[in-house]
Amino acid sequence: MYVPNEPTKISRIEISKARAKLYSDIRCFFLAREILEVETPIFSHFANTDPSICSLQTDISLSANKQELLYAHTSPEIQMKRLLVEEFGSIFQICKVFRLNEDGRLHNPEFTMLEWYRQDYSYYQLMDELTELLVILNLCSECQTISYASLFEDVLEVDIFNSSTETLIRCAEDNKLDVRGLSDDFNSWCDLLMSHLIEPNLGHSNPVFVVDYPPSQSALSKITSIEPKVAQRFELYIRGVEMANGYQELTTQSDYERCFKNENKIRQERHLPQMPYNVEFLQSMTKDLNEYAGVAVGLDRLLMHLLRVNNIQDVLLFPVGSA
Amino acid sequence: MASYSTNEFKSGLKIMMDNYPCTIVENEFVKPGKGQAFNRVKIRNLKTGRVVEKTFKSGESVEAADVVETDLQYLYTDGEFWNFMDPESFEQIAADEKAVGETIKWLKEQDICTVTLWNGEPISVTPPNFVVLQITETDPGVRGDTASGGGKPATLETGAVVRVPLFIETSEIIKVDTRSGEYVGRAKDE
Repeated sequence: MYVPNEPTKISRIEISKARAKLYSDIRCFFLAREILEVETPIFSHFANTDPSICSLQTDISLSANKQELLYAHTSPEIQMKRLLVEEFGSIFQICKVFRLNEDGRLHNPEFTMLEWYRQDYSYYQLMDELTELLVILNLCSECQTISYASLFEDVLEVDIFNSSTETLIRCAEDNKLDVRGLSDDFNSWCDLLMSHLIEPNLGHSNPVFVVDYPPSQSALSKITSIEPKVAQRFELYIRGVEMANGYQELTTQSDYERCFKNENKIRQERHLPQMPYNVEFLQSMTKDLNEYAGVAVGLDRLLMHLLRVNNIQDVLLFPVGSA
Repeated sequence: MASYSTNEFKSGLKIMMDNYPCTIVENEFVKPGKGQAFNRVKIRNLKTGRVVEKTFKSGESVEAADVVETDLQYLYTDGEFWNFMDPESFEQIAADEKAVGETIKWLKEQDICTVTLWNGEPISVTPPNFVVLQITETDPGVRGDTASGGGKPATLETGAVVRVPLFIETSEIIKVDTRSGEYVGRAKDE
């Protein structure tokens, strides 16, 4: 049975001090590495095409006499990549991002993200750098790494790279999960098993990097060309909570365009609205990007871990319900 | 038919699940940064009281259950039905043995109980948290004993049996917590 920690009452000022220290420590970390802090806009004419993420949309007019449809960013990814196109080199940003309908113990519709890109880094090198940051923040002394496939093999005895959706459905049933409304989409069942049966046990001694996802879950990461093909992607888990998501970034215009179009196609199949992907970014890519590894870290969740609280509301001064 | 989206899920919401009225006990929103969102809920079947876990794909809708909880005064039983009355409208409602269930042993005339109605029919009855009842039978007290340790069974006027301290005697009136079934103390004039 889940037993929450002894409720330690942390004052609102203490929470704010911890957050300020966290941001300051992060900025020192990047300053020492000569990684430039950048600021990209929250509102954009373009939006995230990811079918599982819902953008906040507004038709306020930012310029006089001009009614425009604008979207709040769900991550600064594409705008920051426009800077990578301009050869800014390694950059980072700390900003508020917005995702509709995400509200719960670990979710608030607006939350703070740390995102950074490292030029000429492999995703393994970026995991090492993220580990260094965690050590400096006193979150751990080391991290472990395990592949997505090994996790499914070890925990569920499922060979995830050679399984059908039926196998995953049967696995859910064997583990007494009563699931309603899920289609026979392979990735959705992967997410179900991962979030219900694997995640809760991850990263309780040391933080754990899960690496090498099925190609169908590559998002904007590179896929290896040799068999078995894997998406060069990682996620970080601490005490059963997803903290970060990183990629070996795609580098060609055609790869990005294919991803955006494919996500919009999935949106169409699911009767979700089409999203205007960032054509400015695509058009600016007159040559391939340099090699980059990039990662996004949820800072509210990191703060939860630092303060040993179990609800994101406990680290927000005004959660959405009382904002 | 009214329905709720998973976005509206919260504890206390009454929904239909597999043709039974249920109440949501706990709702957790689960979502990977990239990937499918779920609502993982614990729901209690209002007829059987059984709690089960279900997972909904977020965005799904479920049928609302027409369930109302009302505070009604218990009047009397004819052995087949237990009759309750709305103290304001004086409307009477009869609950059968299945609906009254375990609550039978706490039902005292004129006490206000919470009666759960599904489509207007009573499906469960919750007694007040504390009831004041007379002891009809218990072994004679032992002189010199204090409240510490021990205890003995006592049968109450409604048929319930609770453990009471040794100094409590037959025909005394005591206060009992119906949630735990435990003796609280001698009833004082309030």
